[in-house]
Amino acid sequence: MADLSLNLAGIKSPNPFWLASAPPTNSGYQVQRAFEAGWGGAVWKTLGEPILNVSSRFAAVGFNGQNVAGFNNIELITDRPLEVNLKEIYETKKKFPNHAIIASLMVEPTQEKWHEIVKKVEDVGVDGLELNFGCPHGMAERGMGSASGQVPELVEKQTAWVKEVAETPVIVKLTPNITDITFTAEAAVKGGADAVSMINTINSLAGVDIDTWDTIPNVAGKGAHGGYCGPAVKPIALNMVAECARHPRINVPISGMGGVSSWREAVEFMLMGATGVQVCTAAMHHGFSIVEDMKDGLNNYLDEKGINSVMDLVGQSVEKYSDWGNLDLNHQIVAKINNDVCINCNKCHIACEDTSHQCIDMLKDEQGNDILKVREEDCVGCNLCSIVCPVDGAIDMVEYANGKPPMTWNERQAAIGAVSSCDVDLIK
Amino acid sequence: MTTLKSKGISLENLKLNFEEVHDGLNAQEAMEESNRCLYCYDAPCIKACPTGIDIPKFIKKIASGNLKGSATTIMSANPVGASCARVCPTEELCEGACVLNHSTEPIVIGDLQRFATDWAIKNEQILFKPGEKNGRKVAVVGGGPAGLSAARELARFGYEVTIFEAAEEAGGLDTYGIVSFRLPQDISRWEVDQVEKLDVEIRTNTRVGTDVTFDELAEQYDSIVLTIGMGNVPMLGIEGENLEGVHDAIEFVKRTKSGAITKELLGKNVVVVGAGNTAIDAATCAARKGAADVKIVYRRTAKEMTAYEFEYDFAKQDDVEFNWLTQPIEIIGDNTGKVTQLKCVKMDLGEADEDGRRRPVPVENSEFNIEVDAVIKAIGQSRYTDLIEGFGLDHEGGVVKVDPETLQTSNPNVYAAGDVIFAKGQGEAMVVTAAQQGKEIAMAIHKQLDPTPTAII
Repeated sequence: MADLSLNLAGIKSPNPFWLASAPPTNSGYQVQRAFEAGWGGAVWKTLGEPILNVSSRFAAVGFNGQNVAGFNNIELITDRPLEVNLKEIYETKKKFPNHAIIASLMVEPTQEKWHEIVKKVEDVGVDGLELNFGCPHGMAERGMGSASGQVPELVEKQTAWVKEVAETPVIVKLTPNITDITFTAEAAVKGGADAVSMINTINSLAGVDIDTWDTIPNVAGKGAHGGYCGPAVKPIALNMVAECARHPRINVPISGMGGVSSWREAVEFMLMGATGVQVCTAAMHHGFSIVEDMKDGLNNYLDEKGINSVMDLVGQSVEKYSDWGNLDLNHQIVAKINNDVCINCNKCHIACEDTSHQCIDMLKDEQGNDILKVREEDCVGCNLCSIVCPVDGAIDMVEYANGKPPMTWNERQAAIGAVSSCDVDLIK
Repeated sequence: MTTLKSKGISLENLKLNFEEVHDGLNAQEAMEESNRCLYCYDAPCIKACPTGIDIPKFIKKIASGNLKGSATTIMSANPVGASCARVCPTEELCEGACVLNHSTEPIVIGDLQRFATDWAIKNEQILFKPGEKNGRKVAVVGGGPAGLSAARELARFGYEVTIFEAAEEAGGLDTYGIVSFRLPQDISRWEVDQVEKLDVEIRTNTRVGTDVTFDELAEQYDSIVLTIGMGNVPMLGIEGENLEGVHDAIEFVKRTKSGAITKELLGKNVVVVGAGNTAIDAATCAARKGAADVKIVYRRTAKEMTAYEFEYDFAKQDDVEFNWLTQPIEIIGDNTGKVTQLKCVKMDLGEADEDGRRRPVPVENSEFNIEVDAVIKAIGQSRYTDLIEGFGLDHEGGVVKVDPETLQTSNPNVYAAGDVIFAKGQGEAMVVTAAQQGKEIAMAIHKQLDPTPTAII
């Protein structure tokens, strides 16, 4: 049994699975149910001046008959009075002293407002604060959420105001709706953040009803952009986590989120530098009980790998993530089709023929059976065939020993530069 | 409601027993299943379909919600595609070829085809338009699957087509021969209607040779398509065949598809002679008409019978009892002329005969009697030899000889397809094969009469 307990900038939780600040953490009732189900922590749905919500708030994007590949919402922060939330936080913390409760906060960008709310929530015993500089819809139109999170100076300044009074660790939650998230992450660090969390939701329009021509979702026939999350956003989130993790000046822990649906994504995020993960869409899709397999699967994974503590995963793959210019141009892989496993759907052939490098031939073997064969000399190792293959083990991408020494683009350019600046004419 | 044993067969409302047994997919199931299709390139299911339906294409269209396109894809390749969705032996054709047989479970192609065509039927879609008239006329003799298929294609090419149909309605076996609980008549009627909507004239209750002469057809039409199928069940050649209670399986099934379901077999003992597709149909119809006991007697064994595995299973579910190696030798009646017993002899399998099946030989002193109220003969179908000879066509025992490429008979203006050219040892006589042959005839006629290529609308 591996140690699943987490320590993120001093915030401790029995396991690395937290519920993200979102509809699942709207009330004490819900958070207590979540802790009973086994969640390690919860970031309370963002506190601030109670707002008004609209009716019709969520929409999902399905794919090939699957319901929730992506999820979109236009719900705002808490619509309940601050006092009610504070009372429920107090009660919940009392009942579950070992679970992490983090208060997500969003107020107008003034020093006074930040000081006021920080004191109030710390008084009821939260384990940490998460500053919501990420929500892309509604609140951003009022200068809060991602409107703050898109301006590095505002991130830095507001973080600093919070740090002036905060006694618990401060996490700054960042928006992905920005060209380079490391700018705002670095600003948070400069402002004194103890950790950053990412990603908040991505600006999105889930769809248009092709019969009514209304947006999805719509409120009385009108729509507005929402925030996108769920399994489909994982690659975007994972990249942002990784970019921050490998950035030399972003040296605080990262709480990772965006498309975590099982223990597998949690492992991926942690290997790429996240100290624990936050989850929302998967819980909204299936209920709180999904955390059981998250913990169980993670534990079995760690046991199988002989890893004692989940904290040992954090950042293990970060050094493997770099710039394109550092990739070996001379490394070569080719596709190898295992005809004994292949079921002859020919998807690899047509994918390669129509959209890649025309190197998979449909042939007959000596017995007259249909076979597929890769012309290795023409294969560029793009992986497309193995991606479209519906059968495990039918296509392997194998290393092709071409005898060339490793050479990256950067090394190549440096070598060319060295030659051209050389006094001796080497070509002669 | 009183039901028989485990059968779920109503003895009070016999009509219920003839409603379609298989529900088909609901929209959700169709969506899930269609999304499971891999959309293979050069897909083996297409090659396994005698009519070459682009199966991945029609399935993808179900997944995208383009049901009209899906039904059009199906019906374009197979003018009786709605019937075939129900009656094709898909395990042996498309589904048997599905690559997923090698990894998980094959796609239920037949059910998806039914889903798309049912949608078209329910939404009263007209999927095709007649071609621009080219001034040429074709007579189609026999409005079964082969004839409808030829007529549909010819009409799309611009021919003026008249179908001569002896029965009250067109559709042939699809309308009259395949049991309602597998193929409701409405499905066949919709397919007939699709053909009629292309300005094809269907003259029902019109028997060629009687109501219209061969010479009239030859004079009035540029080409003749002969798709007359086969006739009733031949005589067993034993005593007692004319007794009351001895039925022809084709006629017997046809009566269950025309008019009310009658009660004369309720609680009775029935023996069906033969073990082909029609024998199974007759036996299950008898069971569903409330017969207390239905036996099939067959002179060979399960291995040699021509019924499909799924038909065999279906009959067993209806509690039909199979008596292998049993040959009827006499039908015995009482003094009022009603059948009372079937005298049989046990058989043994000897040497293989010309079609490769082992020849049954009687076992000495093995005669026995079965108490029966009805005997249904299902030992194959006779040929319309008179009609074929009336047209002056070369034939072999009632099987019209054709050029295998063009399906042209010994008379270059007469083409033939379907059961009328189906000879022993040629594989399976399937609706889908007849449909394909109809298409091929249309193409051959078009080549012969109008060699300039025409785009199909």
